[in-house]
Order: sequence, then C-alpha cells, then structure tokens
Amino acid sequence: MIKLLAYLVLIFALILVFQLIRIYQLSAELKGNHVGKANDKDNRSQGRVMIIFVLAFFASLIWLLFDAKGKMLPPAASDVGVTSDNVFMFNWVIIFIVFFATTFLLFYFPFRYKKQKDSKAFFYPHNDKLELIWTVVPSIALAVIVIYGLSLWSKMTGPPDPKAMVVQVYAKQFDFTARYAGADNVLGKSDYKLIDDGANNIMGMDSTDPNSWDDIIVRGELHIPVNTPILFKCNARDVMHGVFFPHFRDQINCVPGITTEIHFIPTITTDSMRMIQHDTAFDYILLCNRVCGSGHYNMSMKVVVDSPDEFKKWMAKQHPLFSHLYDMHHKQAVTTAMK
Amino acid sequence: METHAHTATHDMDHQAGHTHHHEHPKLSFIEKYVFSMDHKTISKQFLFTAMFMALVAAILSTLFRLQLGWPGHSFPVLHYFLGDRWAKGGVLDPNMYLGLVTIHGTIMVFFLLTGGLSGTFANLLIPLQVGARDMASPMLNMLSYWFFFIASLIMFISLYLETGPASAGWTIYPPLSALPQAIPGSGAGMTLWLVSISLFVVSSLLGGLNYIVTVLNLRTKGMKMTRLPLTIWALLITAVLGVLSFPVLFGAAILLIFDRSFGTSFYLSDIYIGGQALSQTGGSPILFEHLFWFLGHPEVYIVIMPAFGIISEIMSVNARKPIFGYRAMIGSMLAIAFLAFIVWGHHMFVSGMNPFLGSVFVFTTLLIAIPSAIKAFNYITTLWKGNIHFNPQMLFVIGAVSTFISGGLTGIILADSALDVAVHGTYFVVAHFHIVMGLSAVLAMFGGVYHWFPKMFGRFMNKKLGYWHFWLTFVCAYGVFLPMHFIGLAGVPRRYFNNDLYPAFDKLQHLNVIISVFAIVGVLSQVIFFVNFFYSMFKGPKSEQNPWNSNTLEWTTPIVPEHGNWPGELPVVHRWAYDYSKPGKDVDFIPQTVPMEEGEMDEGEHV
Ligand code: HEM
Ligand SMILES: [Cu+2]
Ligand SMILES: [Cu+2]
Repeated sequence: MIKLLAYLVLIFALILVFQLIRIYQLSAELKGNHVGKANDKDNRSQGRVMIIFVLAFFASLIWLLFDAKGKMLPPAASDVGVTSDNVFMFNWVIIFIVFFATTFLLFYFPFRYKKQKDSKAFFYPHNDKLELIWTVVPSIALAVIVIYGLSLWSKMTGPPDPKAMVVQVYAKQFDFTARYAGADNVLGKSDYKLIDDGANNIMGMDSTDPNSWDDIIVRGELHIPVNTPILFKCNARDVMHGVFFPHFRDQINCVPGITTEIHFIPTITTDSMRMIQHDTAFDYILLCNRVCGSGHYNMSMKVVVDSPDEFKKWMAKQHPLFSHLYDMHHKQAVTTAMK
Repeated sequence: METHAHTATHDMDHQAGHTHHHEHPKLSFIEKYVFSMDHKTISKQFLFTAMFMALVAAILSTLFRLQLGWPGHSFPVLHYFLGDRWAKGGVLDPNMYLGLVTIHGTIMVFFLLTGGLSGTFANLLIPLQVGARDMASPMLNMLSYWFFFIASLIMFISLYLETGPASAGWTIYPPLSALPQAIPGSGAGMTLWLVSISLFVVSSLLGGLNYIVTVLNLRTKGMKMTRLPLTIWALLITAVLGVLSFPVLFGAAILLIFDRSFGTSFYLSDIYIGGQALSQTGGSPILFEHLFWFLGHPEVYIVIMPAFGIISEIMSVNARKPIFGYRAMIGSMLAIAFLAFIVWGHHMFVSGMNPFLGSVFVFTTLLIAIPSAIKAFNYITTLWKGNIHFNPQMLFVIGAVSTFISGGLTGIILADSALDVAVHGTYFVVAHFHIVMGLSAVLAMFGGVYHWFPKMFGRFMNKKLGYWHFWLTFVCAYGVFLPMHFIGLAGVPRRYFNNDLYPAFDKLQHLNVIISVFAIVGVLSQVIFFVNFFYSMFKGPKSEQNPWNSNTLEWTTPIVPEHGNWPGELPVVHRWAYDYSKPGKDVDFIPQTVPMEEGEMDEGEHV
C-alpha cells in the first residue's frame, strides 16, 4: 500500500515537473526568447560560471593537498622507494604546471571570447609553427621523464644482490605465508600436489629435497632485517594475488604456476618509522592487490623491519617444518664423521 | 580510389532513389520502429538501450558507494534492490560488492561507451555527414543492433542469478574467472558474461565493418577524405580499431570458455583449490592478460575517439571558428590509433612479464601522450578568439576537454613503470581512467545528444535544464574523482569491500564520504537529463532547418529526414566542413554545399 502510494506520488511529481517546464517554455516564447538556443544573456552568465568554476576547482584541489598532509604514505622505507619518491616529485612538478596553465586557459577563453552583440570570431585554421612547438616541447619533456623513470626501473628489476636473503611469499585465499630459505639461502623444491594444510605443509614443500630441510614457514608476520637486500619469490596457490608493499613502493603479482620476483633493501626499521611518524602503533603492511575473491579485502600480512640483532633473535625462535629430517641428517653426518 | 568511390556513390544514389521516390513502399510499424533498417532509427535504438544500461550501471555504482562511504551500515535501499540474499538487513554482501563493481564496469565500458557511443553517433552521423542514403549494408546494421540488444539483455539478466553475476572485475582475469570454487560469480554469472560479451563482439564487428565501408565508398560527390568532418574521421578510425582488436577479445573469451568447461589449460596451471589439486598444468594467466589488454588498450581509444570527433565538431560550431589544425587533428588520431596497438603492456608492469619488455611499453606509452597533448592544445586554440555560443553542448565539450587533460596527465605517472608499481591497482588508477576515459566520453556523449537532438527528434532540448544538468554533473564528477587520487596515493587498493584491515586507512574515511555524497548527487542529477530528454522529445520547441548554423551535410536534409535522407538528389560538396567566420563573408558559416568563389582557398586542402 505504501509502495503504491510512493509510486503514485512519483508519477504526480513527474507530471508536475512536465507542466512546469511547459509553462516556462510558453512564457519564454511569449517574451520572444528561444528555449533551446543560448542568447547573449546566457553567454554572459555561463561565461561567468566558467570562471567561478575554474577558481573553485583550483581551490578545492589546494584544499585537498593541505588536507592530505599526514594522511598519505610516510616517506619511502626502501632504497628504490626513496628514488621513486624523487621521480614522483619530479613528475608532479611538470604535471601541475601543465595542469594549471592549460585548465585555466580552457575555462578563461570561453569567458573572454563569449559571443556578445557584434562580436566576431577570428578565422585561424592553423599555424604550423605553433603546432611544431607543441609537438617538440612535450616530446622533450616526456623524453626526460622516460629516461629518469627507466633508470629507476632498471635498478628495481635488474639482477638482485647475489647475497640477497631469499624469502618466499606464498599467497592463497585469503592470507599470505612466508618461507625463509634458512642457512643455505636456497628454497627447497615444492609441488602443489604435496600441499597438506593439516601437516602445515602450506606450499607443498618437497621433503626429498635436502634444500627444504632448513626452510622455515612463518604465518602472521613477515620479518625482514633492515639494510639487507631481500629477494622475494612470490607464488600463488589458487588464483592470482598481488604482493603490494606500499611503504616500500613496490609490488608484483602472485601467479599460479609461475614464480615472480621483486627485491629491495628496507632502509627504516619499524621502530624508527614509529618515531618518524610519532605513532607508536605504526606498522608496515603487505596487502593483496589483485582481486582474489570475497575475502580479498581482508588479505594482508603485517611486515616488521627489524634491526639485524632483533632479526637474529626472532629467527632463532622459528623452527623448520622438516626439522626432524634436518636433525636426522645432521646426526647421521656427525656419526659418519665420528666413524 | 576517388573515381571508384564516385561510381559506387552514383550506383547507390540511383538504386536508393529508385526504390524511394517511385514506389515508396509502406512500412509496417514493426519494420519502421522495431526491425528497422534505417540508420537513424537504429541510432535511436542504440541510444535508448545504452541509456537504459547506463542507468542500471549508475544505480549499481550508488549501491556500492553506500558501502564504501558508510561501511557496514544498513541501508533500506540496498535491501530494496538486493533482497535478503545479497543485502541481509540492508548490509551489502562482500561477494555482491564485487559483482556490482564488475557489472558496473562492464556496462559502462562496453555497453555505454563502446556500443552506445559508437552505435548512436556512427549510425546517425556517418550517412548524414558523408551524404549517403543509408549504411552500406542496412541489413547488417540492423543485425548489429539486435546482437547488441541481446547482449545487453543477457548481461542485465545475469544480475538476477542465484549465484550472482560475474564478480572477477571487468577485466575477468583467470584463474579467478575460471573457477566457480574461487568465487560464486564465476559460476553461471561468468558464463552469461562470456556469452554476452561474445555477442557484443559480433555486434561491434558487424557495425564496424559497415561504418568503414560506408565512409570509404558512399561519400557523396566532392566529399574527399580531406573534406570529411572530424566526427567522421574519428568514427572511421574507431571502427578500424574495433575491427582489429575485438576479435582478440573474442579469442581470449573462447579460450576461457574452454578452460572453464572442457578441462583445457590455456590459462590454468598448478592450482590447488577447495582442498583439491587440479590436473591442469602448463597454462598461463599472463597469456590472458596479454590477450585481454591487446583489446583493452585499443578499447579505451575506441571509447575516446568518437568523443574527440564530437568535441571537434561541437566546439568549432559553437566557437564559430574552424577547428584549429584540422590536418594535425587527423594526423594525431591516426598516430594514436597506430600506437594504441603497441602499448597494451603498460597494464601489466606488475604481472611478472619480462621487465625489459616493460621498458619498451613505457617508451611507446609516453609516445602516445604526444598526439594526445597536441589534441588538447588544438582544442584550446580553437577557443582562443572565438565567438563562443554557450549552448549546453558547448559546456559539455569544454568539460570533456578539461577531464581529458586532467586524466591524461596522471597517465604520465602510470606510464612510468617504476612509479606504476607504487600505485598500480590502487584508487589512483581508478581516478585516472574514470576521468580520462569515463568522464571525457560521457560528457562528449551528452554534448552530442544536445547537439543532434534536433536532428533525431525534430525538437530542441531545454537549455536551462541543460545548464543545470551540465554543472551538477561536472562538479559532481570532479567531486568524486579528484579526492580519489589521494586515497590511491595513500595506498588503498581498489576492489576492497572495506578498508578495515589497515588502521592508517581510517584517516581517509572523510574523503570516502565526500566521494559517496558527490556520486549520489551526481547520479540523481541525471534525472534532470531524463526529464528534459523525454519532455523535449514530445513537447520541446520545434527545430529549424539549421538550428546551430552548421556547415555539415546533416542539416541540409529535411528537418526530420525520411528513409533515404534527401528527398531529391544527394547534396554535392564543394569545401571542407569548417568555414566558420571566413573573412570577407557576411555570414559566419558557409555550408559544405556552397560552391567556392573564384580565388577562394579550401582550408582543408592546405599542405
Ligand atoms: C596520456 C595518455 C595516457 C597514458 C600515458 C595512460 C597510461 C595508463 C597506464 C600506464 C595505465 C595502467 C595503470 C595501472 O593499471 O596501474 C592506465 C590505465 C587505464 N587507462 Fe590510461 N593512459 C592515458 C590515457 C588514457 C585514455 C585516453 C584512456 C581512455 C580513453 C585511458 C583509459 C585507461 C583505463 C580504462 C585504464 C585502467 C584499466 C584497468 O586496470 O581497469 N587512459 N593508463
Ligand atoms: Cu588475494
Ligand atoms: Cu592502456
């Protein structure tokens, strides 16, 4: 009943609006005004609104810039991130100059050259010199941007430090698991057919590969030592996921069937960043950044950048999944040596 | 080429003239309005269908904006639209959130801005502006619409499925889109999505081939390529892009259908899901990304090119000035069209693709920024020293240039692979592409509707309502997408149901509220447009022969042209389309049909 009433009200409102437009149209026509075509009065008022708009537009952008203070990401916490922030700033300067200049002209010209009584347009079909200028100047600017950007890109994606610490990031619906390569710094083989969640063998590590015996599986928190090159090897179990480290300005997808890699050197420990940010609750985070299902928005892992000492202490508390094999092998080795 | 075109034109002229003037068969209602082969009717059918689909997509967006602005709140309107299944107690379900986002994106990109934009304006303008009686193949043209209609219908129906619509994002990356175990929307919803898009591709190819042939072969006498209005150049290049790239999407979809239904492993490898190891090995999801974006990037230009055409035409007419740099405009569109095929990898910097390949895509992507910049500068110069008539369509196209500039500039950041890895997949990208593609194309499309409404329906739209519609839409559009950049720069990923997992994101909630309010007001302001549209269709003031004093041929037909467009002979063209305010003339426009005076120069011909 209420629904019916609502629909009726809606229909009457529509009819009312139509009638109002009709009355407006008739009265305008009586006064000799055209309801469809702009006249000088419209040109004046709309020209004015153009100027008001562009000023308000710039003002709100500036307000947003001020408002953003303290809400954006903190300064980059990795070697590549620091350069990334510089390249960003360089691009932003160019972008803002071009944006303000062109946008202002775009709204100012219509205001300045609005049609008024007896005004005329200037017949100006082309000017090859002008067009050449605004082909060449942006080309040069873009060339500089490309060179600056690609030099960082080659550092980011170039070969990692040969001594980089290897960490696997393994993604599945809807969490991340880390695997540290252990003393040998080599990740053992794994196979998706060996996955056994019950036995905590989340990534299907292959116990017949001795390299896996010292590999350490960690859930919940990803610890990395500061000022140490880290090579992340990323994998996914079910669908694509994304490894996104906003504070380190880097990311890569996790793709089932393929191993992808990123590497960087964390430069600020969690504790130092807490001081810089004046925020004792601050933590780095790893986010899933490739839509992966209903729990996508909850898929993340806390990242802790430790000092080398803290990291060693933390690591000493972790146990390899196949530690029994490791120990067995070790004992055998010791007994053989004794013999 | 020229002579060939002319004989073809004359044949057509003769044929059409024959059936038309001597027999004039009476068409039944169905033939005239439903299964019509008249390009003008088909154009309106595309427009109405697209308007309906856009309305659906817009409502979907307000639904998920409610969740993002006020996460976890209960809204009766959510329950009204989604029921107990997807919004129990008025709180949105996370699976449905992804479903809404996916279908919103799909409809807006494919059904509104590809099918709707090209379908409406290519059909309306190509025959009318090149001086043809209809499309080269009216029959294929009709089929193109009906494939589009069925595709739209299937996409719409998929919203009502028990397991929900496709939910893997409009880019439907497998394995998520391939495995119903991974997300319910990848069941029947994804099947309907794939069927719908496949039909959509058929529609787009039928339409595109027709547009190309018509422009190349059915130009009237004197309509050289260098005299074509930029609308036609734009629509022609768009059609070429579509014909070359849509088959690749079709291929990608077919392979996905095989992976989903027939156990192949094109995209699947080493997957363990639902406690089970799947047998597929050797496939690569990255292959899908390559195939998808090989269409996907040209697709964004398929969306923006017709907008360029409409902007050029409307801006020139309302500034009473030739478009600045006609040749450069054509040249830059051709350059963009070529480059559009070699930049797709910029969507894949984080996919795991070879980083050297990434560098190549950085280079080509920044190359494409050059012709884009030229266009923006040329538009601004067209306004300089113009005699600007603020008809509503002029406001819309100025707005479209503004959004193209704002969005294009952030593209420079995304094109820089080293910077992209910091913002890829965040709201920064969402802001970029909505502004540069969504807003520019939507604003231009609105402009086109206001401008050609008198040709479509023989009546004017109300300008005052037009002004309100423009300013509300434009302000709300920036109100939504300007703050969104900042959310992205703070690191918030897109496609998150809420941002609870990271406390630092709480500091941005006020921006999310602002965005949602603007989004809702923006969608509501479209009521003004709909009221104006339907009122004016029936009751608006009657149009005139040439309401905007334009030069192009569509205004030489009767006010409401019958089938065949010109009752007598086809018009003959003597000059380019942009002789506005030519010095030494008493009127500020010279239609293309007016012969050259002795010693007069054709500006389109300059070298
Ligand atoms: C100056 C010109 C432009 C440049 C340099 C540029 C660059 C880029 C780049 C690099 C991306 C990928 C970002 C990412 O996913 O991380 C992107 C995304 C996108 N761009 Fe642009 N763009 C430009 C203009 C355009 C235009 C004209 C359109 C549409 C007409 C457009 C539509 C899109 C869309 C739809 C996406 C996002 C697709 C998605 O991931 O869902 N862009 N742009
Ligand atoms: Cu995920
Ligand atoms: Cu692209």
